[in-house]
Amino acid sequence: MGDHGAATLLLLPLLIPLAAAAFTAILWRHRRAQSLVAAAGLAAMTGASLLLLRLVLDGGVQAKQFGSWAAPFGVSLVVDPFSAGMVVVTAVLALAAAVFGMADLKRREIRSGFFPLFFGLLVGVNGAFLTGDIFNLYVWFEVMLITALGLITLGRTRAQLDGALRYAVLNLFSTILFLMAIALLYGVTGTLNMADLARVLPETEPSAALTVSALLFLVGFGIKAGFFPLFFWLPASYHTASIVVSAVFAGLLTKVGLYAAFRVFTLIFEVEGSGIRTMVAWLAAGTMLFGVFGAATQYDVRRILSFHIVSQIGYIMLGLAISTEAAMAAAIFYIVHHIIVKANLFLLAGAIYRASGTYDVRRAGGLMRGAPWLAVLFLIPALSLAGIPPFSGFWAKFLVIDATFRDDAAWLGAIALFVGLLTLFSMSKIWIEAFWKAPPGPRTTPRAVPRPMLLAIGGLAAITLTISLAPEPLIAFADGAARSMADPAPYIAAVFGETTSVAEIAP
Amino acid sequence: MNLVYALAIAAIVGTGVYLVLSRNVMRIILGVSLLSAGTNLLIFLAGGVQATLPPVIEQGSDMLRADSANPLPQALILTAIVIGFALVAFSAALALQLFRTGGTIDTRELTAAEDLGSPFEPKGASHG
Repeated sequence: MGDHGAATLLLLPLLIPLAAAAFTAILWRHRRAQSLVAAAGLAAMTGASLLLLRLVLDGGVQAKQFGSWAAPFGVSLVVDPFSAGMVVVTAVLALAAAVFGMADLKRREIRSGFFPLFFGLLVGVNGAFLTGDIFNLYVWFEVMLITALGLITLGRTRAQLDGALRYAVLNLFSTILFLMAIALLYGVTGTLNMADLARVLPETEPSAALTVSALLFLVGFGIKAGFFPLFFWLPASYHTASIVVSAVFAGLLTKVGLYAAFRVFTLIFEVEGSGIRTMVAWLAAGTMLFGVFGAATQYDVRRILSFHIVSQIGYIMLGLAISTEAAMAAAIFYIVHHIIVKANLFLLAGAIYRASGTYDVRRAGGLMRGAPWLAVLFLIPALSLAGIPPFSGFWAKFLVIDATFRDDAAWLGAIALFVGLLTLFSMSKIWIEAFWKAPPGPRTTPRAVPRPMLLAIGGLAAITLTISLAPEPLIAFADGAARSMADPAPYIAAVFGETTSVAEIAP
Repeated sequence: MNLVYALAIAAIVGTGVYLVLSRNVMRIILGVSLLSAGTNLLIFLAGGVQATLPPVIEQGSDMLRADSANPLPQALILTAIVIGFALVAFSAALALQLFRTGGTIDTRELTAAEDLGSPFEPKGASHG
């Protein structure tokens, strides 16, 4: 593929949702037209992301400079296997959420601007994955934040406004810390381009400003991703949103924070040999444990799942704490598996609500008899989240824990195993209460679940099953992505040389 | 001079953190806007504060003069001001709406999100 085509392809995951957001905003009053634009936009985005992934797997890291300014001065977009993979998963998840939304979104929510905000969020997420410039990462974070706040408050209930306030204040605080970290880093190095930073920093003297900057990055991304002492905003706000919105948030937003942490701490700051590594290990242990303990006390499906987001973030952090190539690969595998499974569980929570009329598992029941297909579809992501073989979560957990044992961090592996057990406990709580036991209320036969809901849940479950039964392609992909993160030379070369990587590989 | 500047930023950020920790939502929002002002000043300081010429390329030349100011921090601050302002405006609108629906902006009395699906209150646990 020519240089021009490659550059265009790199822009498409941003341009398509941006155009879709604009058109759906123009068609504010026409619901049907909005849905058509949304469907076309999501299909095009999925196609473009898949093409981009293919291009990166075939041709190596790709980069594009804006306005033909050479690398350290211009704003760059860079895509390596990790970011391309994330863009693809984002598109798949957005597609599933939109299909589910056909049956679930209320007229009022669409009239309040669901589609423009949804596509705006996707622009922010894809932008954060694709940017090669650390200041632009901040800008994309803010795009995500403002659209996410709009999405939470779609229904304008009191709980949603309250949840949005918690979300807003802590996330604003985190982006401010992130911006401070950028300011300090810029003061020391004089550059904002991530590839340039990776080149300049190893030659820079270690200084107090750099240490403070690294810590500020850790705390800033930590709030975004829901690390241990900083996660309390997450279960206090995610469950208030409409269930489609919760599913998208659960799948994507914390993972963008994690992605940024992985980028910054592999490309820019070395985790090896600094105190950061031990700190991340302790934070990961705390994140896993406190998330799962929080989940164990809850009975509302959405709150159980919100706390589980936190505990699963801990597993992915283990990858960063160990930061061997195998651990990175395990973390990347885990992220992909977790986005699919977690979003699917939230969609299932919506289906349980539809069938039994409540999110509280104590008051639900009888779904096993009334909606057997829903029960089967619930088992797949639930067992996968808990890490039961042969589901995808087993492979993800196996890879992560294997990496901890190989790197003499067996205590982390032991905590991870224990947390897996408690995860199984939470999932069986939902299963026993909502599906197995007899319905406690007057409603004995559950309502039918609409077809689009089952389609979305079934589609994500099918992806989970595919990963479960044939994990090799994804493992190979994660290995490749981890290798390209461990060795930033091709990344730097792609940013500075623009086309070299293509020219080298293409015959 | 840099020390005075740094102390001033520390004072602004400290005041911002103090306000963010308070219970009144309006004070929290003011604290956030002070924090973002402090951060903008930090970016400015990071770019180096000196007596310099305006960063304008003169006619007939295609480079900045050596003693001109670094334009990049100013571009960054402009972006950060716009974004920060939008978010503060949104938060203020959110606080207004909170006051309209709940009649209070005291965070001790804002418990709607916690009550929704709380395991401790069987009555409160339902519906979105």
